[in-house]
Amino acid sequence: MVEITIRKRLRDEAVVTQRKFFKKTARGRVIKVLRERYLRTDVVCGISGCPVCPESPSTSSLEYLPSSGDTTHPNYANGHLILPDTNIFLAQMDLLESSNLRAPIIVLQTVLEEVRHRSLPLYNRLMALTRSDDKRVWIFYNEFRSETAIVRQEGETPNDRNDRGIRKATAWYNSHIAAHSQPSKASSVMQSMKKPPVVVLITDDVANRRKAEEERIPCSSLRKYIETAKEAVQLLDLLASTGSQDDDGENETEADRLAAIAKDAFDEYLPTGVLSAGIKSGTLHQGHFHANQYNYLEGSVSVPAHTKPILLVGRANMNRAVHGDIVCVEVYPESEWRAPGDEVVERDTTLKNDDAGDEEGEREDEDGGDADRERENLQKEREQEKQDVLEKERQPTGGVVGIIKRNWRPTVCHIDPLMLPPSASTSHALVPLLAIPTSPLLPRIRIRTRQAPSLISQKFLVSIDSWPIGKRHPEGHLVRRLGAVGDKGAEQESLLLEFGVVYAPFGKRVMECLPSEGDKWVVPPKPTPGDTSSPAAVEWRDREDLRQLLICSIDPPGCQDIDDALHAKHLPNGNIEAGVHIADVSRFVLADTPMDHEAAARGTTVYLVDKRIDMLPALLGTNLCSLRPFVERLAFSAIWEMTPEADIVNVRFTKSVIASKAAFTYEEAQSRKDDPHLQDDLTKGIRLLNELARKLKAKRMAAGALNLASPEVKIHLDSAESSDPIDVEQKEMRETNSLVEEFMLLANISVAQKIQETFPQTAVLRRHLPPPSTNFEKLQDILMKRKGMALDVSSSGALAASLDKCILPEEPSFNTLVRIMATRCMLSAEYFSSGSVGRDTFGHYGLASPIYTHFTSPIRRYADVLVHRQLSAAIGYSPLHATLHSKTHVERLLEVVNRRHRMAQMAGRASVEFYVGLALKARGEAQTSKSVLEEAFVIRTFRNGLGVFVHKLGLEGLVMFKRDATQFDAENYTIVVPDNASSQKAKSKPNGEEDEVKVAISVFDKVTVRIEVEKDKNTQRGKVKMTLVQPVDSSSL
Amino acid sequence: MGSRVDLLNHAGYREDGRTQHELRDFTVDLSKHGHADGAAAVTHGLTHVLVTVFGPREAKSRAQTMHDRANLNVELTIAAFSAGERRKRSRGDKRILEMAATIKSTFEPVVQTNLYPRSQIDIFVQVLQQDGGLLQACINATTLALVNAGVPMLDFVCAVTGGVYSTSPMLDLTLLEENDVPNVTVAVMPKTGKVTLVTMETRLHVDRFEEIFRLACAAAKVLHKEMKDAVRHRTAELVSAMGAGHGAPDRENTMIMDES
Repeated sequence: MVEITIRKRLRDEAVVTQRKFFKKTARGRVIKVLRERYLRTDVVCGISGCPVCPESPSTSSLEYLPSSGDTTHPNYANGHLILPDTNIFLAQMDLLESSNLRAPIIVLQTVLEEVRHRSLPLYNRLMALTRSDDKRVWIFYNEFRSETAIVRQEGETPNDRNDRGIRKATAWYNSHIAAHSQPSKASSVMQSMKKPPVVVLITDDVANRRKAEEERIPCSSLRKYIETAKEAVQLLDLLASTGSQDDDGENETEADRLAAIAKDAFDEYLPTGVLSAGIKSGTLHQGHFHANQYNYLEGSVSVPAHTKPILLVGRANMNRAVHGDIVCVEVYPESEWRAPGDEVVERDTTLKNDDAGDEEGEREDEDGGDADRERENLQKEREQEKQDVLEKERQPTGGVVGIIKRNWRPTVCHIDPLMLPPSASTSHALVPLLAIPTSPLLPRIRIRTRQAPSLISQKFLVSIDSWPIGKRHPEGHLVRRLGAVGDKGAEQESLLLEFGVVYAPFGKRVMECLPSEGDKWVVPPKPTPGDTSSPAAVEWRDREDLRQLLICSIDPPGCQDIDDALHAKHLPNGNIEAGVHIADVSRFVLADTPMDHEAAARGTTVYLVDKRIDMLPALLGTNLCSLRPFVERLAFSAIWEMTPEADIVNVRFTKSVIASKAAFTYEEAQSRKDDPHLQDDLTKGIRLLNELARKLKAKRMAAGALNLASPEVKIHLDSAESSDPIDVEQKEMRETNSLVEEFMLLANISVAQKIQETFPQTAVLRRHLPPPSTNFEKLQDILMKRKGMALDVSSSGALAASLDKCILPEEPSFNTLVRIMATRCMLSAEYFSSGSVGRDTFGHYGLASPIYTHFTSPIRRYADVLVHRQLSAAIGYSPLHATLHSKTHVERLLEVVNRRHRMAQMAGRASVEFYVGLALKARGEAQTSKSVLEEAFVIRTFRNGLGVFVHKLGLEGLVMFKRDATQFDAENYTIVVPDNASSQKAKSKPNGEEDEVKVAISVFDKVTVRIEVEKDKNTQRGKVKMTLVQPVDSSSL
Repeated sequence: MGSRVDLLNHAGYREDGRTQHELRDFTVDLSKHGHADGAAAVTHGLTHVLVTVFGPREAKSRAQTMHDRANLNVELTIAAFSAGERRKRSRGDKRILEMAATIKSTFEPVVQTNLYPRSQIDIFVQVLQQDGGLLQACINATTLALVNAGVPMLDFVCAVTGGVYSTSPMLDLTLLEENDVPNVTVAVMPKTGKVTLVTMETRLHVDRFEEIFRLACAAAKVLHKEMKDAVRHRTAELVSAMGAGHGAPDRENTMIMDES
C-alpha cells in the first residue's frame, strides 16, 4: 500500500504559499482565484550522485545529469551545465536540439510553464527533448522547492518575477553543487583539488544578465556562449535571428529599419484585443491562409461566414501570412470584390533578380525593378478584370490584418547560385541568402550563413523565425544540410522532413518492449485442458483454435506486413461462413508502454516508392504479427454467417490462433480463381469469397456508395539495390482487389457497430462528411458547358449515378478523369471519438455507410490498434486500458493520428511524383528525341496557360504560353492559341493570306504533350516541362 | 489557462506541489462558539467549514418528534463570499438541500440517537471558503463538532475525496482538480472500516473505482489519526484549564501544549 501523508502548510508562510489573482471569464465577469502551493524540500536537483537529493526508483540512472557537467567548453573548464531562460527555448529550439550542443540542460518549472503558455508546439518539442536518449535534460521544479520558490512583489511584472525566479534557481544550483560535491574524506587529494562544475544562466535579455552579474551568478548570452564553444560554426548557423538581438553590433540601425519600412511597407498588424473583438462582432474573420500554387501573389482564406473563400491579392493584402497560418482577415466592400486571377504567375521568373542583399538598401534600382514588374502584373490584371469578370465569379476580397497563430515548420530549401554575390561562393563570411523552398506555396526565406559555398546545389532545412515589418521576405536560419540536389537519399529525406514524418530508428526503450525471444518467438503449443497457469495456457486463454481452417492472404506483390487473411466455407445449413483474420497487434503492443507511445506518435506507416517507414519495429510488423503462410500466428477474427445472397445472419468476434495456408498476390489469386482445372478446397474458398464479395459490392453500390478514383500509378524499379525507376504504368484493378476490399469494409463496419455499442463515448470511428455542394459548382459548370453533362450532388447515391453517366464512348479514361476531379472537390475522411460529435454526423459519405472504423491494418495504422483494444474489451477478452475511457485522451490521440495520416498520404504522393520524374527522364534518355510524348486532358485553363493531366502517368503539369499571343474566354473555359506552324505554311502560299490560323482549346479537350525533364538552370532541380504538340505545337510560344 | 494546466506533471507533482497521495493541510479548531454545545472549524487546504451543534434538546415541532430516537436536523449555508465568484444561494437551493440530506444520512447510523427519544440534535454547517472537497470538509467538521458537543457516537466519521487523472489516482482534490477529474467522496468509520457514504457525480470506470475506493479508505484512516489527536489535544487543554481553576496553575505546561 502506498504511503498517504498530510502535507502541512504553516499559516505564517501564507505569503509564499498562497496566491490570489483575478480572472476575467468569457462572459466578462471577474472572478477571484485563490490558490495554494505546498513547498517541499524533496524536489530532486537531478545531478547524479548528489548526496542529499534522494534518487527516485522510477527514474533510471541514465536520466540524471552527469555530475561533472560538460567539460568541453573552453570558458568553463571545470565543467558546466546550462540553464536557459524562456526566450531561449522559444526562439532557439533548433539549437538546443542539436547534438553538437553537448552541455547538460536544466529546465526550470518556471521556464517550462512559460513555454507551454506561449507555444504548445514548442512545449511538445521541449518535452520530447527531455525524453530523448542522447540529450541530458532535467526539469527542476523550482516553484515547489522551498529554497527557490518566490512570490511576485509589489509593482513587479510577471516577466520580472520569472526572471528573478530563474536567477534565484541558478544561484541555488550553484551553491547546492558547491556544498554537496565536497569530496568525502575517503576520496583522494586529486578530487579535492577539482572545483565543482558551474551552472550557467543563458539569457539574451541584457537587463537580466546585468542583474545576474550583480548577484554573481554565472551567465552568458547564447551567442557569446556558442561562439566560444567548440562546434561554433555548425552551431552558429542554427542560431535563430531574433528581433531583440543583443549588443553584437550586427543589428541594423534604426534609420535603416525606417528606410526599409518606407520602401516596401507592410501594414502593422492590429492589436490582439481589436482582433478578438472584431472576430466576435463578425467584422473580421479567422481562418487558415492558403497560398495559391499557381500564383504566388494570391492567396485565400476559407471562413464560415462566406460560402466562397476570401481572396487575398498582392503582397500587401497577404501581409506576411505564410501558407498554413491561422490569420485574421477583413473583407473589403463588395465593390472591390474580384475574381481569382486566371493567369499563372511564377515566382521564379518574375523575381529572378530578387536579391537577399537588397534589404540592406544597396541595390535599390534592381529591387525597384522587380517590385515594379510585380505591380505592373497586378495592374494589368485589374484592368482586364473590369472588362470581363462575371458577377458570379467574384469572390469576397480582403486583406490580412492580424495573425492568430503561425504555423511555421522547418522547410526544405535550396539556393539559386545566380543569386549569390561572387564573393560568397568562396568566402566564409556571414552572407545573406534567399533560400527557395521546394514547395511553391511558401515564400522565399532570408537566411544568413557562413556556409554559403557548401550550400550550392544542396538541399537544406530552413526554419522561419520571424517576418519583420518592412522586410519583403521572412527571416530564418539554417537547421541542417540534407545532401546534394537530385540525390535520391537527400530528396527522400527532404520529403520526409517536409511532411514531418518521424523516420529515426526506434529507440532502445521501444525495442525493449519486444518479446525477448526475438524472431524465435512462436505460438506455444496448445495446452491440455485443465492447465490454466502455464505460459501456453495464458497465451491460449479464450482464443479459438482456427488452425485447421483453410485461410489464405491476398496482398500486393512483395508485401511483407500481411495484416489480413480470409476464409470461407459452406455450413451444413446451407449458409456460408466467412472470416476475416487480422494480425493481433494489440497482444504485442500493450497500452501505455514506450512502444505504444512511439506508435501513437508515428500514427501510421509511411509508404514511399522505395522505402517504408514503419510504425512498429520490423520484428513485429514483418514477422511476429505478419500473418505469413505456414506458421501459426495470433489473430483477431471476425466471423460472419451469411446466406448465399450475402445477407449477414450473425457475426462474432474472437481472438484466435490461425495458420495461413497460402499468401497470394492479387494476380495469383485471380488466375487461380479463373483456372477451371483447379478444384482444391482453397481455390473453392477463394471463389466462394469472390461470389460473396460481388454481391456485397452490388449492395453497397445500390446503397449509394461512390466509386472514386485517384491517379494511382505503379513504378517499376530496376532492382532492389539501385532502385532506379524504369517505367511507370497505371495500377491495374483486378477482381481479387475488390474481393479483399469488400471483406475489409465489411469487417470494419461490423466492428464499428460493436465498439460504438459498447463504448458510446470513446469508440474510435472514422467518418467522411458530405462535401458542401458549393465545392462542386465549378466542376458542374464546366461539365455542363463543355460536355452538356449534369452532375447531381444532392446525395452520394445521386452523385454516383450521375458520375456513371459521364462517359464519352470514344474516350474510356474520360470517366476516370471526371471521377478524379470530383474526388478533389470532396472533404477528407477523419478519425473521431464517438462521444465528441453528434450521432447524426457519424456517416461515411464515400462508402455510404452510417458508421465506419478502421480495424483491418493494425500493423500500419495506429487507429486500428486502438480499435483492437476496444473490440477486445467489448468481447470481454481483456479490460480496457483506462486511457481509452477518457474522451479527451482519445481525442488527443486521434488528432495526432489524423494529422500523421494526412501527412503520410502527401509524402507518399510526393514520392511517387519524384519517381515519375526520374522515370520520365530515364525514358526520355532512352529515346533520341530526349522527350516523351503522352496524351493528356486539359483540366484548367489560365489566361496564359493550360493545366493538363497526363492520366497514364498520374502527372499534372502546366503548359505556358506567351501572354499576348492568346485569347482567353473565361466563361467557356477556352483559350484560343495561334497555330504558328500552320500560319507559316499559309504564308508561304503565293497569295499570302494574312489570317493567322487559330485553335481553340478548352477544358476536357484531349491534347498531346511533350514531356521533358530538364535541369532547371536556376534551381538545379529536375523540372518537368510540358509543351503542347497536338493540336498546336506550342514550343514556339 | 484551462487546458494549459497539467494536473499531474511528469515528475509526479500536482498543480499545487503535492504528490498523488498527499492530503492538503488539515487543521482543526475546537474552541467554544457562542451558545453552541459543540463547534468545530476545519480546513482542508483552502476549504474552510464551521459546524456548530445544538442539542440534544427538546424537539421544536411535534411533527419532527420521534418517540424512539432523536431527530438529526442538518442545515447548511454557503457564504456568498466563499467561492471566487460572489453568489448568494437561497435556503431552498436544491444543491444545498441535497448536501444537507447527504450529511444527515451519513450521520444517522453513527450517532446513537436512540439514547435521546423525543429530542433533536441541530447541526449547522457553514461554509466559509471553498476550494474543492466541500463534502469531505463538512463531514469531518460535523464529526468533530458532535464529539465536541459530547453527543455519543459509535465511531468517528472520516471523509476524503479521491479522483483519477488519466490512470493515476489522486487524493484530496482541489477545486481545479475536481472540475476536471472524475471523483468520489468516501466517508468511513475507521475503527470498523465500515463505509457510511460513497458519492460520485461523475462517470468513472468500474475497474478504476475499486482502486480509488480502497485508497480513499486508507486515507480516511490517516485523517482519523489527525482528528483524534485534535480531540485529545483539546481535551488536555480543557483538563489543564480546569486544573488551573482548582488552584494548581501549571502555566508552563499549558504553554507547551499550545505550541505542540
